[in-house]
Amino acid sequence: MYKLGIDVGGTNTDAVLIDEDLSVVAAVKYPTSDDIYSGIMGSIDAVLSAGEVNPAEIKQAMLGTTQCTNAIVQRQGLAPIAILRIGAPASVGIPPMVDWADDIAAVCVADAIIPGGFEFDGQRLSEFDAQAAREFFESVKGKVQSVAISCVFSTVRNDDEIAAAKIAREVLGEDVCLSLSSEIGSMGLIERENATILNAALHQVAERFTEGFAKSLAEKGVVNADVYLSQNDGTLMTMEYARKYPILTIACGPTNSIRGASYLSKMDNAIVIDVGGTTTDLGVLANGFPRESGVAVTIGGVRTNFRMPDVISIGLGGGSIVRQHEDGTVTVGPDSVGFRITEKALVFGGDVTTATDVAVRLGMVDNVGDASKVADMPLEFAEAAMAVMRELVEDSIDMMKVSNDDIDAILVGGGSIVVPTDLAGTAICVKPEFSGCANAIGSAISKVSGTYEALIDYDVTPRDEALDQARNAAIELAVEAGAVRETVEIIDVEDVPLQYYPGHTNRVRVRAAGELGK
Amino acid sequence: MRTIQVEDLADIALGASLLGSGGGGDPYMGRLEAMAAIRKYGPVTMYDPEEIPDDWTVAKVSGVGAPSVYLEKGRNGSEYLRAIEAFQKVGRKLDALIPVECGGLNSMVPIAAAAVAGLPMINADGMGRAFPGLQQDTFCLADVEGCPYVITDDKGNVSILYTANADWTEKIGRDICAVTGGAVLAISAPMTGAQIKQFAVPRTIDLAQRLGRTIREVSDVEASSPEEHFLAQTGAVRLFRGKISDVLRETRGGYNFGRAEMEGILEDKGHTAAVEFQNENIFAEVDGTIAATVPDLICLVDSDTFRPVTTENLKYGKRVLVVALRCWDAWRSPAGVNLVGPGWFGLECPYVPVEERLGIELPSLFQ
Repeated sequence: MYKLGIDVGGTNTDAVLIDEDLSVVAAVKYPTSDDIYSGIMGSIDAVLSAGEVNPAEIKQAMLGTTQCTNAIVQRQGLAPIAILRIGAPASVGIPPMVDWADDIAAVCVADAIIPGGFEFDGQRLSEFDAQAAREFFESVKGKVQSVAISCVFSTVRNDDEIAAAKIAREVLGEDVCLSLSSEIGSMGLIERENATILNAALHQVAERFTEGFAKSLAEKGVVNADVYLSQNDGTLMTMEYARKYPILTIACGPTNSIRGASYLSKMDNAIVIDVGGTTTDLGVLANGFPRESGVAVTIGGVRTNFRMPDVISIGLGGGSIVRQHEDGTVTVGPDSVGFRITEKALVFGGDVTTATDVAVRLGMVDNVGDASKVADMPLEFAEAAMAVMRELVEDSIDMMKVSNDDIDAILVGGGSIVVPTDLAGTAICVKPEFSGCANAIGSAISKVSGTYEALIDYDVTPRDEALDQARNAAIELAVEAGAVRETVEIIDVEDVPLQYYPGHTNRVRVRAAGELGK
Repeated sequence: MRTIQVEDLADIALGASLLGSGGGGDPYMGRLEAMAAIRKYGPVTMYDPEEIPDDWTVAKVSGVGAPSVYLEKGRNGSEYLRAIEAFQKVGRKLDALIPVECGGLNSMVPIAAAAVAGLPMINADGMGRAFPGLQQDTFCLADVEGCPYVITDDKGNVSILYTANADWTEKIGRDICAVTGGAVLAISAPMTGAQIKQFAVPRTIDLAQRLGRTIREVSDVEASSPEEHFLAQTGAVRLFRGKISDVLRETRGGYNFGRAEMEGILEDKGHTAAVEFQNENIFAEVDGTIAATVPDLICLVDSDTFRPVTTENLKYGKRVLVVALRCWDAWRSPAGVNLVGPGWFGLECPYVPVEERLGIELPSLFQ
């Protein structure tokens, strides 16, 4: 039995095959195509032949994709949506999307705030206005196929969101795509609503990539595999789930590369430098998992209340364009030839000087393109460019470090050839075998998780006992979801008191994750 | 005189979050509300205290209740006009509004209120930070009459309180807040321009903006390390650098109590510290020795970004600096310590100014 991991990046589509012992059998890179799928199919062909594996023997296939992030950041492929917020007379002083940039706010065809919703204790804030909901959905009929529904305190009671969803289906048809805020985010109306709006706007993107992935697999004979998508916490979700909650794939790329880097280097604590074709992501590996961002997460300028890996991106990659200006200064990036590197870069016979050309000229790499094509590049120029690139990476390492002590570093990603390994601020800097495909490997070794959530009265059950019970329940749920018991670990514990609640009642949420069984 | 535009709000909110010393609520929603209000009604005019005539009538404005409730319910927008209308009916015509607290969410509420009402606001407040009680401001400290105290909610209810004293306003006001949904608006205490000049903590909206800008730009400085720059520009002293090792929380009587324990990192490796909070941070100890208490400001900031970490966001494993800032001098008087010092919060230690405890000099925050 084999696992197939695929990661679609902006420049390359990586594919890896991993066997039962979690050893890498084959890893390939294939150029990402405009339509995404010929790139995926090309990478599957290449990895199957490199590993000499029969596609029918693949039992699990995992896809990590940045397509949701790209769609939001580039404002492309987003579906027109309508937003219904339930909660008037509360909240109307802060309309939906008030701090969104105009270009992304344009996804919204119509929005309304109607009466309904709850108080913090579950009492009614005001009566749900079913008629107003119906009129709103009538007004957007034929204009949208996707609706975001939010409601004040729907995290306490989701009755009104469900009632509105039912009306939406009656008016807009069974096929309408509905995103309910209570299923997507946590406390904090605006951030939860923001995530819900993005989720709604992504529904076409999600349909396209889930269908495309399934079709590509079937066409290549991968017919016996359970299919999963990577989430941003390093765990997996099913295709069906991904179609409903595409937003959960956001930022799975950096998570996968950090986890893949950890796996390949056998290191648990290090800084991970993932160099792609256009950008370099730096993240911190802490005890085998990505360090989480401590600040509110913005995606394409939109603030949400997601938990995300703490990653900084800089505009440096293998395809970054290198220029000498009139005053003699040399700059690198932030623009890049991206996936066209194999036609545009000098070493591939093109006419654009890229970071890769500089690395080849300096002899840092010897099997990329035709070195004779950069032989006449002035050494001084190449060295000046490399100094710029080195400084970009070293500055970023310094920003991510928590102390002045040197930190271990793991270099991964297809563009890592352009980064030297003797970086200031690092103790040891490794570039493990297969590091070019760390993303896809991270995707293939992803875990499955179980989440247990409950309100616990610490006056009835003492805290230590209650947390132990919650941990055990989460572990059982992870095992039920397919995790191998011996591998299950607790990855997150939240323990927050309910304000204004009598006694000492806390909301406890525990997540456990383990390796997918065979 | 200056104006507050949409572009000013982000820095004011960030600085206000530091001045919230762990509490006061995340100003984010308030910023959105102020943003929506300024877009709709235009920029807000703001005067320094000495710029206003002595005979102006100025009222305090603040949101009251649990910030986490406001984060869900926001505001209707009509609360301001209904409160001002009721206030003027029983009192005097208003010339301007003044923030009660410049720390946390309540830094933003007066901006939204002033925009909606078309009134100027005063560049000052009654705390120079955030405190949990309605009565804990410099005007109450100076025995300025705090009533009428007008409370409005999103549903249309208006309550006008005339109470025996500020403690009763706190008790009755909190009950009204609880039965009407947990987050309400209050406009209170007709004060004269002369009283504002005498008792308000001056230029604290500018202060918040300056602190916010310092944090935002901290990674751009080249002359010194980000940390030195942050401490020098904010007038803060570092008490501890550590990793949060446990957080204990409890809710009692509408207040959010708790204690965060920390293990030292880097130069503080091998040492321990703890910070206790009641909505705001009230007490910090290092290796069992008291380092700072209320009313001095005790703030936790992210050790890399220097962004404030509120008590709600305390999490195991988070790396923080514990810093202290010197409070407004009036809080250090015997009456001030009585109203907002360690004793009010049930701590058994006496108040000793933070710079005395540490044997250092600390500049005043306020100019």
